[in-house]
Amino acid sequence: MTTTIFIARDSTAIAVGADGIAAQISAQCDQNQHPVQIARPGSRGMYWAEPLVEVEINGVRHGFGPVTSDAVAGLCDLICPLDRAPIDPKVFKQHPLYLGDLSHHAYLAAQQRLLFARAGLIDALDLTQYERLGGLRGLRRALASNSQSIIDQITESGLRGRGGAAFPAGIKLKAAAEAEGVNKYIVCNADEGDSGTFADRLLMEADPFQIIEGMLIAALATGATRGYVYLRSEYPLTASLFGQALVLAREHGLLGPSIYGSSHSFDIELRIGAGAYICGEETSLLESIEGRRPEVRSKPPLPVHHGLFNSPTVINNVLTLASMTSIMAEGAQAYHDLGAGTSRGTQPFQLAGNIRFGGVVEVPFGVSLRTLIEEFGGGTASGRPIKAVQTGGPLGKYLGVRQLDVPMTYEDLASAGGLLGHGGIVVFDDSVDMAQQARFAMAFCAAESCGKCTPCRIGSVRGVEILDRIKTGKNLEKEIKLLDELCVTMTDASLCAMGSMTPNPVLSALTIGPEDFGLPAGSRHPTES
Amino acid sequence: MLKMYQPQADFGTPLPKAGGAQVALTIDGVRVDVAEGTSVMRAAVMAGVRIPKLCATDRLDAYGSCRMCLVEIEGRKGTPASCTTPAQPGMVVTTQTDRLQRLRRNVMELYISDHPLDCLTCPTNGDCELQDTAGEVGLREVRYGFEGESHTRAVLDDSNPYFAFDASKCIVCSRCVRACDEIQGTLAITIEGRGFDAKVGTGTSFDFLNSECVSCGACVDVCPTASLTEKSIIKLGTPRSETTTTCAYCGVGCTFKVQTSGSEVVRMVPLKDGKANEGHACVKGRFAFGYATHADRITQPMIRSSIDEPWKSVSWTEATSFAADAIRHAQQQHGIKSVGAITSSRCSNEETYLVQKLVRAAFGNNNVDTCARVCHSPTGYGLKTTLGESAGTQAFTSVAKADVIMVIGANPTDAHPVFASRMKRRLREGAKLIVLDPRRIDLIRTPHIQASCHLQLQPGSNVAMINALAHVVIAEGLEDQAFISNRCEGDAYARWREFILQEVNSPEAAQAHTGVPADQIREAARLYAGAANAAIYYGLGVTEHSQGSTMVMGIANLAMATGNLGREGVGVNPLRGQNNVQGSCDMGSFPHELPGYRHLSDAATRAGRLSWIPTPAIASPICLMRR
Ligand SMILES: Cc1cc2nc3c(=O)[nH]c(=O)nc-3n(C[C@H](O)[C@H](O)[C@H](O)COP(=O)(O)O)c2cc1C
Ligand code: SF4
Ligand code: SF4
Ligand code: SF4
Ligand code: SF4
Ligand code: FES
Repeated sequence: MTTTIFIARDSTAIAVGADGIAAQISAQCDQNQHPVQIARPGSRGMYWAEPLVEVEINGVRHGFGPVTSDAVAGLCDLICPLDRAPIDPKVFKQHPLYLGDLSHHAYLAAQQRLLFARAGLIDALDLTQYERLGGLRGLRRALASNSQSIIDQITESGLRGRGGAAFPAGIKLKAAAEAEGVNKYIVCNADEGDSGTFADRLLMEADPFQIIEGMLIAALATGATRGYVYLRSEYPLTASLFGQALVLAREHGLLGPSIYGSSHSFDIELRIGAGAYICGEETSLLESIEGRRPEVRSKPPLPVHHGLFNSPTVINNVLTLASMTSIMAEGAQAYHDLGAGTSRGTQPFQLAGNIRFGGVVEVPFGVSLRTLIEEFGGGTASGRPIKAVQTGGPLGKYLGVRQLDVPMTYEDLASAGGLLGHGGIVVFDDSVDMAQQARFAMAFCAAESCGKCTPCRIGSVRGVEILDRIKTGKNLEKEIKLLDELCVTMTDASLCAMGSMTPNPVLSALTIGPEDFGLPAGSRHPTES
Repeated sequence: MLKMYQPQADFGTPLPKAGGAQVALTIDGVRVDVAEGTSVMRAAVMAGVRIPKLCATDRLDAYGSCRMCLVEIEGRKGTPASCTTPAQPGMVVTTQTDRLQRLRRNVMELYISDHPLDCLTCPTNGDCELQDTAGEVGLREVRYGFEGESHTRAVLDDSNPYFAFDASKCIVCSRCVRACDEIQGTLAITIEGRGFDAKVGTGTSFDFLNSECVSCGACVDVCPTASLTEKSIIKLGTPRSETTTTCAYCGVGCTFKVQTSGSEVVRMVPLKDGKANEGHACVKGRFAFGYATHADRITQPMIRSSIDEPWKSVSWTEATSFAADAIRHAQQQHGIKSVGAITSSRCSNEETYLVQKLVRAAFGNNNVDTCARVCHSPTGYGLKTTLGESAGTQAFTSVAKADVIMVIGANPTDAHPVFASRMKRRLREGAKLIVLDPRRIDLIRTPHIQASCHLQLQPGSNVAMINALAHVVIAEGLEDQAFISNRCEGDAYARWREFILQEVNSPEAAQAHTGVPADQIREAARLYAGAANAAIYYGLGVTEHSQGSTMVMGIANLAMATGNLGREGVGVNPLRGQNNVQGSCDMGSFPHELPGYRHLSDAATRAGRLSWIPTPAIASPICLMRR
């Protein structure tokens, strides 16, 4: 019997050598004359274990990881032994990289996966497998109902935008449905620029049909007939996989003039981003799709009224749109039952930075930051104590060790001064230089700013200069005062969140590590930031 | 009249589209009622409250980049920009608080941290919005110092003959780029780069002169700094005084302020209140004012008694008596009809009126004619015959409401540039364009504009074409029955209908004359007739043909048959050759027509106030040109 071996076809897995491991295993199996089939699904998001090699025996997937090229020969003795000797899973335990039956692995078992339920389990480009594991049920329900009841379901579920601003998804759909326009658009924001985030990409590579299905549901809710997926240019593999998924969806009548034989028409175009963080901001993203510089538009008008090509447009993050599939499939109540406060459903947190077990952890809102970092993440990779955690991307605040018990909901994080954003969590140990991090925040803003408004365009450059002067230790008090003043100006006067939120990491760095700025420890009260 | 120079008032954001409800709000304690869609900034100006601003000007859509105009609004978080925030009922706005002053000063401080400190030697010193605003917000120091990154060493682009671009003084407010896009429609410049690198450029490796720029000067006009400045200002300094006048170059007739220093013209600034141009101009009107002081210009009365004699400068008294004697002499020798006069359509109504009166009352004949004879007399005749009035039916502003625009025998981009900009704006908004012209005029394909139909007909086949278009309208039942029965003469219409349906007027027949495939003619006719508002604009390619009058009547008939008359966005619109063709015709400059188009043969008119008209000549008006 042929043995199936699963190795992820996923950008991160490949970056750490998955392709090489797959080729090596394949060669070794040939040599061992053991018939194997190497399957390449998406990743399960246990990035700490990649390259992860899974062997399926009697329907159970046994995992090994992270597999290095040196380990392949030994591993093959177990999983594709010479001359078709029988495989004995009992001896797997002895292998140092053995992770057990993955479906029971604590990292996964402790999660509650809706979005990532299929990730790593199915062939990303197999619509039948997608459907077998629950795909398309949401769409079928949506096709059988009407615009109003789809909007009601999404609204009642409590789903909020996963891209950053956490705007209620149902309200956006409703506004676009009610807006007047010959053409309406659904735009999927897959620019995923936040540092330490990868959930969008992982999902698009592991389960692309879910995003297509989500966009279709949004289209049925609003009457949109055309969709765009704006994908970060740094994701070429994603572009290729998602592009193939679109072709397959068209072939299967999922996209096109008549969705599954209905009177609704919808098609999706994949656009590759222009390569700047600001392209992820919704209005500059629209400018970019229209073929212009990614320059932020002032609001009003809102995109739901005058968005892409001046038409009503729903723009949502990948995860927001994808979440609509399970809401439609299982009902608003089931979704709303998860989470806490006004943060409903699940959130794929992305553990990154100095962390032992980096990867995606999808759990209901309300889990504490400490649980995520310590229980899932296993603490820092370096083993040194944590000094700071940046949540919500490059515009989020640095939280200090005293703030790790904050429950991960939009409101709790907000009251701790933090940001949930796209669910990115970047951990730093005590070797981090917070002054350097503050400078980085200003430099990032200067490098990625669209340049439209003055506080951000000039302010970020002046911010870098001040932080460089602070480093020299001269006129410290005066420079810190000027930095504070600049931050107030950027916060209150910038046109978009890029400029207005850059002070978050800068000032919180100052609060957490005043000594890195040459100030006495504890000299900055948290409320100052 | 000469007045002190004063910059034109600026409401910050444009007047909103008419038709909205009224909104009442309070700004700094002053209640103000404004139309729906008015920005808080504009409402503030209306309430007499000035909010500092740099990127906003009422000729461009609100943009929101400079962040000087921040205000506080009760019940709203933060400090929204007043230029991009629409006024809402009951809003309570505060424009001056410690917080706002601090923010504005801080933003200004950032600007100045990247600006050369040479106000005293700057060409626009005293006439610079950046300078004024820095004063207004009370900037006293730049705490960032001047050692940081800056653009102060950016190179000057003085390639354009009329204006210079000094990037070191640019505040990247985009007003120039938006003016080129929104007002002029050439889209010659853009902001290149992102963040701190963002700068104005042509988007190519070309400098201004070699770019797409047509030197209309709109960008220079709106620039709030000395970054884009007229070379005349750089050379001569800012103006002291100004006089309002009309550009005499083309048929648009833009209104300008001639700004002067003593007797020297230093700048021509189009007037925002100018009906034809609303603040826009073209290269000719704005920059080609060298004639004002050109050596060839006649500035004194001159006489000579024969063509081979040199001109002799004389006093006005001597000149007028010399002319009067010569005219009287000629009439004595050769008869009363031996003299006459030609008026110019570049003259004012008063001037042309007086010339024809001179001819009729003093010369005692009707030998007066005008240059409009060769350009638009078919318009006068054709429109009078069909519509009852020798005039186009719309003001220039009407084009903003047209859904389909048909341009016949005209090249507005070159010949009526400021009107072309208006038309292009409407076309960019989505109006469809039909062009009837043997030439591929610029409008056929230009940034963000592409003609739906270009009927590239043979020269001289206009009438065949217009009748074929009408044929399609009638044959396919696309006419406006209600308009025809309410507004047209039944008998005349029935006769025209019968004629137009004849096979000779079919697109197939027209194809032979015009060289345009019949299906293209059909497509254009359907597009024109199917529009909610369709407008025809025509020029000398219609009127300077021997069948000009017939074509004008054909145009009017097509507009009537489709009901495209009598409201904004439609009409029959002649594009004239000079700025006062209409006036010079109105004033009675044709031999057979008295002021107000009253025919010479009308006894009642002659008996009335115009009793000075010469009775002997009535029966046989003579056109000088036919003698
Ligand atoms: C500077 C900046 C960058 C952003 N980048 C992204 C991004 O990469 N992906 C994303 O989904 N949203 C991004 N956003 C948020 C979007 O503007 C927008 O809020 C989001 O696409 C709306 O979708 P949602 O309601 O589903 O979150 C960014 C916002 C800012 C200000
Ligand atoms: S804050 Fe920065 S990114 Fe946002 S509009 Fe202003 S310049 Fe552009
Ligand atoms: S002069 Fe006119 S055409 Fe040239 S860049 Fe300025 S606005 Fe555009
Ligand atoms: S050149 Fe003038 S109008 Fe253009 S961006 Fe610079 S300052 Fe603004
Ligand atoms: S469009 Fe005509 S009237 Fe206006 S400025 Fe140009 S030449 Fe003068
Ligand atoms: S005037 Fe409002 S932002 Fe510039």
